[in-house]
Amino acid sequence: MNSMNHVVQFGTEEDVQVLMEKRRHNGTLWQAVFMFSVSLAMLFLIMLIFSVVNTTFGYVVLVNEVESSTLIAQKDSVSSFTRAELEQVAFSRLSAGILRRVEYEKPIADRSDEELIALIEQYIIKPKVRKTWGLWDSLFNKIEIDRYMAENEGSYAVFRSWVNSSFLVADQSSDPLNAGIRTALFGSLWIILVTLVFAFPIGVGAAIYLEEYAKDNRFNRALQLNIFNLSAVPSIIYGLLGLAVFVRAMEPITSGALILGIEDSTANGRTILSGGLTLGLLVLPIIIINTQEALKAVPDSLRMSSYGVGATKWQTVWNHVLPASFDRILTGTILALSRAFGETAPLVVIGASTFISIDPSGIFSKFTTLPTQIYQWSARPQGAYRNLASAAIVCLLILLLIMNSTAIYLRARINRKKRLEA
Amino acid sequence: MSVKAYEVNMPFVGAKSAENPIIEMKDVDIYYGDFQAVKKISMEILERHITAFIGPSGCGKSTVLRSINRMNDLIPNARLEGYVLFNGYDLYDERVDPVLIRRRIGMVFQKPNPFPKSIYENIAWGARINGYKGDMDELVQTSLQSAALWDEVKDKLKKGALQLSGGQQQRLCIARALAVFPEIILMDEPASALDPIATGRIEELILDLKTKYTIIIVTHNMGQASRLSDYTAFFMVDENRTGYLEEFGDTEQVFLNPRNKKTEEYISGKFG
Repeated sequence: MNSMNHVVQFGTEEDVQVLMEKRRHNGTLWQAVFMFSVSLAMLFLIMLIFSVVNTTFGYVVLVNEVESSTLIAQKDSVSSFTRAELEQVAFSRLSAGILRRVEYEKPIADRSDEELIALIEQYIIKPKVRKTWGLWDSLFNKIEIDRYMAENEGSYAVFRSWVNSSFLVADQSSDPLNAGIRTALFGSLWIILVTLVFAFPIGVGAAIYLEEYAKDNRFNRALQLNIFNLSAVPSIIYGLLGLAVFVRAMEPITSGALILGIEDSTANGRTILSGGLTLGLLVLPIIIINTQEALKAVPDSLRMSSYGVGATKWQTVWNHVLPASFDRILTGTILALSRAFGETAPLVVIGASTFISIDPSGIFSKFTTLPTQIYQWSARPQGAYRNLASAAIVCLLILLLIMNSTAIYLRARINRKKRLEA
Repeated sequence: MSVKAYEVNMPFVGAKSAENPIIEMKDVDIYYGDFQAVKKISMEILERHITAFIGPSGCGKSTVLRSINRMNDLIPNARLEGYVLFNGYDLYDERVDPVLIRRRIGMVFQKPNPFPKSIYENIAWGARINGYKGDMDELVQTSLQSAALWDEVKDKLKKGALQLSGGQQQRLCIARALAVFPEIILMDEPASALDPIATGRIEELILDLKTKYTIIIVTHNMGQASRLSDYTAFFMVDENRTGYLEEFGDTEQVFLNPRNKKTEEYISGKFG
């Protein structure tokens, strides 16, 4: 009877087999689709990394403006000069203006051989980039590079890593071989500091209000909806807002004229403060939403137990809800900041400088940032700037990676601490 | 019924007679928005007795329990009509601060919910925020002793509370409630998430506490209600899903000679 019933309800053994086969097949198919999606994403990521790394390393064909053999007869390389020869060349061939500046910074007699060689290369020999090749061509297409050198009299090839120590510490330069990202790096760090100081307290405060205090009425629902919408507003719009409000309307404040009495500020509102506030507005909705999610994840039973012993709302929030959600708030904030770190459009709109070689000295300085710098370099026609852009991208990616790993590390640490204490 | 004029401290009368109940409810209706959760609840709760609230799911017994220390205030749109008197003072007078009420009328919840902090801090925190001026170590010890937990945790007071077993956590929650010197302890199914052995210990503890505290306990366990309580309130739910008080009286009378047919059916396990 029972087995009969089974056949009536689920079909014969064969039917069961067929259906089972179909179900398995269905599952395998979807698994394949998901795997394909992952592989595609991985492929694009690898392509991205390859393209960046490819342009960051490779051969550069250079032509010297002055050959070293014309400085000291029979010597083809500056590095084979003796100390006396180095000093002699420096004194005799440097123009008076440069010589005075160089001597002012550090007397030539006090400089080491390496420093003198670098000095002579930069100001006297003046190698000029003729053409650059990527890593791939450098490794597998050397013939073409040799052919190019043969066609160009006096040219020579050097394998160059565009990311190097002088790239990190040098400021901007019209000569790609001497250009660096120091000012951009400092600009980025200053901006992100201002963004953090502005957006973190306000964002967390707003989230606490909305999540813990606000009543569920029409006004607050509209507020919430608008915060969601704001997080989806394109960043360039924030740039326009920043331009109108921080750069133009609040110029006396953002240029420092009102506070520090800087009268002759050339930044006229296009300062780190303006940039940081603009990016702060940009990440504010993200921080608010993220913090709200973190607060929502705190179980209500924790709040109830706090109220149950006669705690006020603020005591409950401060002593229990915030500690329980702090790890999520922190990670969310760091991730929001790393988004701000990579923003370009709003800063271009509010007027990040295209070319400055002075480090920002405070929140009222002019600035440029890493992404802005990358944008500027990649827009230039000369090939060597593309290599510089790639090198800057490598630095930017490493910085973002560090920020995101810090977020993960802090989260794990706080979690472990919470587990041990709880 | 007479309502005394508002006083911040609502002096404790220490009444132990039917004329002066510690909690008195008169025609209490509770609404969540438009939904009426319970209607026309009237009862009197005597000091240093255990009163059990029983009834099928959704009959509003937890709602009534939470209205006694104004925990319902935390639910948006919750509203109460009628009177809840504490020693004769109106708990829902607009001048009453619910925060003060919750210190004097403590609560233990269904799921053990200690703070994710150390055992010591679980006890001390409530006392500290309420301005306790005595010796904190002593308070922690006496509270844990009253909750029959001291011997098990005295060597690991600095350890995290969440490392304790479920039953220990629940006793810690009771100790935490005791540490702020409440007069009444509300318990919302305090043993329903525990195994039978832990439940037994909690029940023993509740009977011990009766000598000092007034206890109101919501339970789904008929045996527990009959073992523990002196008085039993049986709640039912009408066709609009609104709860009401079907029968209230001596536990012995309610269980052995229910006046009401529904009570009898529920107690004998015919529904619910």
